[in-house]
Amino acid sequence: MNLLTAKIAAQGQALELLAERQKVLAGNIANADTPGYQARDFDFARALAEARGQGGSALATTAAGHLDTGGGAAGVTPTVQLEWRTPDQPALDGNTVDLDRERASFADNALRYEATLRFINQDVKNMLSAITGQ
Amino acid sequence: MSLMNVFAISGSAVSAQSKRLNVVASNLANADAVAGPDGQPYKARQIQFETVASGEGDVAGVRVAGVLETQAPVRRVLEPGNPLADSDGYVTHSNVNVVDEMVNMISASRSYQNNVEVMNTARTLLSKTLQMGQ
Repeated sequence: MNLLTAKIAAQGQALELLAERQKVLAGNIANADTPGYQARDFDFARALAEARGQGGSALATTAAGHLDTGGGAAGVTPTVQLEWRTPDQPALDGNTVDLDRERASFADNALRYEATLRFINQDVKNMLSAITGQ
Repeated sequence: MSLMNVFAISGSAVSAQSKRLNVVASNLANADAVAGPDGQPYKARQIQFETVASGEGDVAGVRVAGVLETQAPVRRVLEPGNPLADSDGYVTHSNVNVVDEMVNMISASRSYQNNVEVMNTARTLLSKTLQMGQ
């Protein structure tokens, strides 16, 4: 992994997972009125930890002076394990979507996505200023 | 891109909810209908939602599985002077429950709004993603 872009690649994985979760939550909101629909979600923190653990470093460190490039290879598409929601108030038609909760999660996830985007943008700016030296 | 799928999912929900709104409109319009084109009183329609897989993964959109006729009993009103009255002097009206339909309408409109909001959020996030690194 390129040390210059390692940070951005890690943020990219988080961004990908956040986009995936946004999609899952959108599916829950879309099916709020479907009888028998079971709401789904996944543990973001765990999925990110798994994605970071994958791959291993692309560069082998053969001497003590070599820099450790760390785990988490870029280009590894994170996979998620979807789980079922436990409903607080089960509906008679078997639908387990709690719209308030889904909307809150959706807003929260959107904010996290935006934050991650800002981190990436700032990293790019930092790198550019390092390259140009101004 | 995961966020692109949000449009497909929420779009399917918006379309399904607007169909539901159409059915409600038809029911409300025919609430006082005494006879349809076939001479029979109007039967209230009810929409049936169904989860549909969006292709990849388990995340799903929603679609209209069918439009069913409500099995509620028809309303018989004593109107001996009405030319449509039967031999006992009763006129058979539609079985539309206006209160039910109004509740259905509000529910459909709220769900519609929710999904539009989801799409707006996804659009904002996507446009910010496109501006990444600028």
